Amino acid sequence: MSKLTLRTEGDTQAIVTRRFAAPPARVFDAHTKPELLQKWCLGPDGWTMPVCICEPHPGGNIRYEWSNGAGGFHLTGEFLTVEKPNRTVHVERMFLPDPTPDNHVETRFDDDGAGGTLMTMTMTLPDAATRKMMLDTGMADGMEVSYARLETVL
Amino acid sequence: MVILMTALDTTFAALSDPTRRAILARLAQGEATVQDLAKPFSISQPAISRHLKVLEDAGLIETRIQGTARPRRIKQDAVNELWDWLSQFREVLERNYSRLDNLLTTLNEKD
Repeated sequence: MSKLTLRTEGDTQAIVTRRFAAPPARVFDAHTKPELLQKWCLGPDGWTMPVCICEPHPGGNIRYEWSNGAGGFHLTGEFLTVEKPNRTVHVERMFLPDPTPDNHVETRFDDDGAGGTLMTMTMTLPDAATRKMMLDTGMADGMEVSYARLETVL
Repeated sequence: MVILMTALDTTFAALSDPTRRAILARLAQGEATVQDLAKPFSISQPAISRHLKVLEDAGLIETRIQGTARPRRIKQDAVNELWDWLSQFREVLERNYSRLDNLLTTLNEKD
């Protein structure tokens, strides 16, 4: 719908914004209902998410497993705060196969005043090196880690 | 890949300092001498020179020789590389979100 913006803030944060042509409740559902996540949260073509656990309540678990037929990786996390339909806070880490440091993610779904949603996702990593690693893996297009990094955000 | 990542390490170390980021922001508007740069930052010229050396070693800026003057300027290749680094991340994200756009359209039509 609109261009995504990506910026870094300070030494440890990365902030993504994106508008969607649907109200916040619907975009919230797309980010928290497994049957919807499995339709879009897939990374590059050729990947699927055969396992998707997402329990959007404080203390609820997250587990996403991706596969490209030949191999795969997974991510786990826990929700800290859920204010449906406008805000979630969770922590997550990827297994590549060793776990990456926790990524603390606040996602806001705000009414954009025109029937759509402005999503703002603020990721906070433990340190600058970890943030760099997370963003960096996107360069290795075609490699498993690129998909992993993508999913830090989703 | 490894070489590129090492280069990026140096780049990001250079960018980790707020004064150096401010200097780069200033140079993005056009070249400037050490004297020009020292003014708004209320830092000594030797301190500015040290920051400039870090930025130059990281390949982010270069020195132009013009008579006795030594204006510094942004090195476009390095800035482009940094941009590529960020835009790759963006590209991968966009693939997911364009799928989500399609999904939302389908869901909206069902109403």
